[in-house]
Amino acid sequence: MTTQTVSPKKLDAEALSLDSVSLWQITRRRLLRRKSSVVGMVILAILILIALTAQWLAPYSPTLSMLDADPPQKVEKRSSPCIYALGCPKDQPQHIMGTDGNLRDEFSRMLYGARLSLMIGFSTVTFAIIIGTVLGALGGYFGGWIDNVIMRVMDVLLAFPSLLLAIAIVTVIGPGLINALLAIGIVSIPAYARVVRGSVLSVREMDYVSATRALGGNTFEILFKRILPNALTPLIVQGTLGIASAILDAAALSFLGLGAQPPTPEWGSMLGAERNQVFTAPHLVFYPGLAIMLTVLAFNLLGDGLRDALDPRLAHTS
Amino acid sequence: MVTYILRRLVLSIPVLFGILFATFALARLIPGDPCRAMLGEKATKVVCDEFNHRHGLDRPIPIQFGVYINEIAHGDFGNSFRYSKPITELLIERLPITFELSLAALLFSVLVGIPLGVIAAVRHNSWVDVVTMLWANVGVSMPVFWLGLMLAYIFSLTLKGTIFQLPPSGRLSAGLITVPFYEIWGMQVTEGTFSYTLADFISRMNVFNSILSANWEVLKDAVTHLILPAFALSTIPMALIARMTRSAMLEVLGQDYIRTARAKGLSRRSVVLKHAFRNALLPLATVIGLSLGGLLGGAVLTETVFNLSGVGRILYDGITARDYGIVQGFTVVIAIFFVVLNLIVDVSYAYLDPRIRLD
Repeated sequence: MTTQTVSPKKLDAEALSLDSVSLWQITRRRLLRRKSSVVGMVILAILILIALTAQWLAPYSPTLSMLDADPPQKVEKRSSPCIYALGCPKDQPQHIMGTDGNLRDEFSRMLYGARLSLMIGFSTVTFAIIIGTVLGALGGYFGGWIDNVIMRVMDVLLAFPSLLLAIAIVTVIGPGLINALLAIGIVSIPAYARVVRGSVLSVREMDYVSATRALGGNTFEILFKRILPNALTPLIVQGTLGIASAILDAAALSFLGLGAQPPTPEWGSMLGAERNQVFTAPHLVFYPGLAIMLTVLAFNLLGDGLRDALDPRLAHTS
Repeated sequence: MVTYILRRLVLSIPVLFGILFATFALARLIPGDPCRAMLGEKATKVVCDEFNHRHGLDRPIPIQFGVYINEIAHGDFGNSFRYSKPITELLIERLPITFELSLAALLFSVLVGIPLGVIAAVRHNSWVDVVTMLWANVGVSMPVFWLGLMLAYIFSLTLKGTIFQLPPSGRLSAGLITVPFYEIWGMQVTEGTFSYTLADFISRMNVFNSILSANWEVLKDAVTHLILPAFALSTIPMALIARMTRSAMLEVLGQDYIRTARAKGLSRRSVVLKHAFRNALLPLATVIGLSLGGLLGGAVLTETVFNLSGVGRILYDGITARDYGIVQGFTVVIAIFFVVLNLIVDVSYAYLDPRIRLD
């Protein structure tokens, strides 16, 4: 039997290194330990790569009809996928995912769709986080009638199923991608406002906040430098999961014809445009739906992973 | 408990008022003139003036809002321009379709989601757990309209001619007629009375009506038409319920009293179902309650895909046709339903967990 002796110097060094580990380093370690989070991050990395390189990866422009291609191609509408490596005759033009009802290359549209979907997710959540944070912070910090008015408005927004409210808002401001993003952003605000308000309420009476106030700190400094950093963690988790639902809602609005309009290569709109052809050209419905699902899945897996990694109750697992 | 319910009801009043204001404002802000939307080329100035006067649209907005509140308070949701019918009548026609669909979807979610969550928790970290959670993650990420279309393709075309073939749309096969159960029973119900409204509402749900009237052919047909839309609609709540059941069960199963129960020699089945599951029900109540609200949102998409003329579909049609009455009436009813649902979820806590003293 052997006993290992550890020098006090080494122990101190380990303790020191442990002490100096930041929350973000712990979070990264925990995230990388979760297989599902890694899967989510890998899918997301691939999607971001596709979005960034779509113009080089795509064989055709996403809006180009094959009749206008150089040279014009003789392909049928909604033709099945043709891949040379899988035995497609060489005399036919290669279209990995076939062509759509307007003779456009489906694969190219799918690649450009990744760019649009990520843009939709990030922009709506950024909009909702900014407005939600300001409203939640004001309500939580000032309390009283300001808080009451803000939170009652949030309650009213929450009283509607989110998709129905988004549909109603888009109807008022008119169909289109930007308006759909605005509608989804408005519908998402209450979730962020509640998270921030809760965080502000939990710390606004703490000693360090009172100390800043006593030292002459103004409201802006107290709110944005002392209080709001405490809301960052729940906001990140809520935001990541929020991107997933924003992409789903945007796809749903486009499917109903209220979001992105043709010929924009948006997955929901592509799916909606070909939905009546599901029995004759199922691939035109299958690919966009699969892409939406994978994107949403990636954000959900990452969001779940972040929630666990940032949860102090799971500190012992770090 | 009564005090708590009353307090919650009073607190709901400003929210309800806000809902009424929001729906009224949204309906009035919809671009375009309802007269032109309804009458198209026939909408001359004279015709539109008469139309606006008949529907009170030429009155000042605050007065229109006042009239609207007064009517709602009397249970009158106004009239639909498009269908030339009272909204209440349309609600009674369409609500049962969505209600039946949502109920079937909820039944699927609960009957599949809860057992899956329990099994995943009991067999934590096993392949069952991994597969269940993988499926749950995929389930919450799936667009309901895509799943609906794919299911319709697989079950009505790929599996055509097999026993698994299912209809891709509609509620009943052509040629099948349903007779309201109250007519078969010989019930004497007078039109316009509450009992008639209730009987009419129930009879519009094909599954319930066919059971009550013992029409097994219609029952079989109605169920086969309901399976695909209900399954598509149930995916997200089913996945959420499975995830929530698993995490709630894992938390309870790790507690000391469970170890004590096991140490006493109780069977694993008894410990899981009687000791653990009951205590895991609390968070489940929230998810199930809130899922119902989500089902209503999802119903717009499911009803569009499966060509069902329920609340979601009529609301969508109402918005595109600028039918103020439908938009207001149906949105108000859905929102009120949502508020009441939240109240029921809150109150159910007290029943499920005696430690909670609400009053």
